[in-house]
Amino acid sequence: MNKLSLTQLKQNQRAKVLDIVGGIGIKQRLLALGIYPGREITKISHFALRGPVTVKVGRTTLALGYGMAEKIIVELI
Amino acid sequence: MIRRIYLIGNPNVGKSVVFSRLTGIEVIASNYPGTTVEFSKGYLKLKDDKIEVLDLPGVYSLEPNSKAEEIALRILNELPKEDSIVINIVDATNLERNLFLTLELIEESFRVIVCLNMCDDAKHRGIFIDVKKLESILGVPVISTCAVTGAGIKFLIENIPQARQIFLDKLTHQQRWQKIGEIIESVQQLSHRHHTVREILEDASVRPLSGLFISIGVIYLSFKLVRFLGEGLINKVFDPFFFNLYRPFLEKFSFLLGGKGFLHHILIGELIKGEIDFKQSLGILTTAPYIELAMVLPYMLAFYLVLGILEDIGFLPRLALLLDNLLHRIGLHGYAIIPTLLGLGCNVPGILSSRILESKRERFIASTLISIGIPCVALQAMIFGLLGRLSGFYVSGVYLVLFSLWLILGLILNATLKGFSPELLIEIPPYRFPPFLVILKKLYIRIKGFLIEALPIVFLGVMVVNVLLYFSLFDLLTGIFSPLVKGLLGLPKEAAIPLVIGFLRKDVAVGMLVPLNLTPKQLFISAVLLAISFPCIATFIVLWKELGLKDLFKAILIMIIVALIVGALLNFSIP
Repeated sequence: MNKLSLTQLKQNQRAKVLDIVGGIGIKQRLLALGIYPGREITKISHFALRGPVTVKVGRTTLALGYGMAEKIIVELI
Repeated sequence: MIRRIYLIGNPNVGKSVVFSRLTGIEVIASNYPGTTVEFSKGYLKLKDDKIEVLDLPGVYSLEPNSKAEEIALRILNELPKEDSIVINIVDATNLERNLFLTLELIEESFRVIVCLNMCDDAKHRGIFIDVKKLESILGVPVISTCAVTGAGIKFLIENIPQARQIFLDKLTHQQRWQKIGEIIESVQQLSHRHHTVREILEDASVRPLSGLFISIGVIYLSFKLVRFLGEGLINKVFDPFFFNLYRPFLEKFSFLLGGKGFLHHILIGELIKGEIDFKQSLGILTTAPYIELAMVLPYMLAFYLVLGILEDIGFLPRLALLLDNLLHRIGLHGYAIIPTLLGLGCNVPGILSSRILESKRERFIASTLISIGIPCVALQAMIFGLLGRLSGFYVSGVYLVLFSLWLILGLILNATLKGFSPELLIEIPPYRFPPFLVILKKLYIRIKGFLIEALPIVFLGVMVVNVLLYFSLFDLLTGIFSPLVKGLLGLPKEAAIPLVIGFLRKDVAVGMLVPLNLTPKQLFISAVLLAISFPCIATFIVLWKELGLKDLFKAILIMIIVALIVGALLNFSIP
């Protein structure tokens, strides 16, 4: 299985969101922005030293802190 | 009957531009009672009625995930749904994400009309949307507009009464996203085309290395521009006005008053070598207006103009991304760069905007760091005024000390305060070029706010100082502080006065330090100390309002300790 967290995904890789390991609050916030299980996303970049991660969801570019990106479990496609 | 119109939409969809197109000039920005979320109110003439238009804070959904969403929801439900119309501003270049809110609004049975904005931008990006089809699927009118040029706005206004209320079953989130997928599938067509320069830049700015270079370039240019505009305004506009037009008038007035006496002392101040010196005379008609209008205001105008452009282009979220890591270490996250940058103009709006940070802990750290480590325009003008003629070395020295202080204090606060730093989650919007009118409008509101806040305090401050000077009451004060000021900080005891006055308003302190004939080292230490202590009385009041009395005292205590330690360190380490 190619299960990994968003932080482990490499630049420009596409993946499908499997799960968000977090409370209801964080799930809701991500959902409103279009990140939810089943959704395909592309990682654009990450910043060194546990810096933020940027992803493309549809036409939206989002920046997530490292800790939040760690909670998003994805599967390579 | 329509009693109210709401504008609602995601952040960065051009909502405020649509708002100013609909309402014209009569706009009031207000806070929702009991909270700190801001919204604007204006009026639209529809046939013979003048209808209230509310511009709600930008939200992604109707679920109360954030303060802004909570307030938006509460305001939406103030009136019965039949009496109000909701204009949902939708970004045509990102229909998919925007539709989530649209569907929620329709499901909640609001009377909705969709304003499909940024249509020209969508065309540039190769996105085609079948408006008629979208309208028939949603069941509410959809009007395409381009608010920046004004295209479609008239049509939107004509169609406002057509807004429709429909009753549907509520969908679960998953179902809603599925429905959105289907809608997009049938109404949107993408034509593939080569990446434009703008898209390449957008992409480059969110990658670490290229992003760093772009940001450094943008910041460097911005500072150059601020200095160029500020100095230009001073040399070409404000100085000629004060020296050529205003001073001759004051000289006559001074002569009429007889050149001395209490009234002359208060209004005109001391004559320096028989002449009025705008920086040193300290009268409420001389130094007070000069410092505020000719030394501070020009830079304030230049700074907020440039910042306003950077904001509206969409640069700040990219800067937030780049600085997230650094700011994380001091207990904040990338977004805190926005209050920090605003604080470089004036600490008051900086501290006010730290409201965008979610937790109390973050707000305390951000506000304390802004008030201690971030020099406002007035303070920077003072630093340049005091040290600029010595050498650039001293000026950069002050900035260096302040920056290190900001960082070290941040690290300490983060390590000692209970709690944790939250995570960044922001949208990086596409680059956009907003109409200049909107930028000017924002500049006007900010400058007006600054003048209302600062001017009375400066006039009052100068007057109080002047009265105390006239009756030689300061000798008492200098006596008390003399051991501290002389022994620990290595300054002459008279320097205690400007340092204390600095609490009231930094700009006033300049005029008082100049006549003391300090050595470069002493000037440097005084400038640093003034920079560390809170910028002005207004900052105190804002800190008090935002943090509460207990945290205000905590911040003051931190400030005093920091000022003494830094002052003493500099005194004993500089030869």
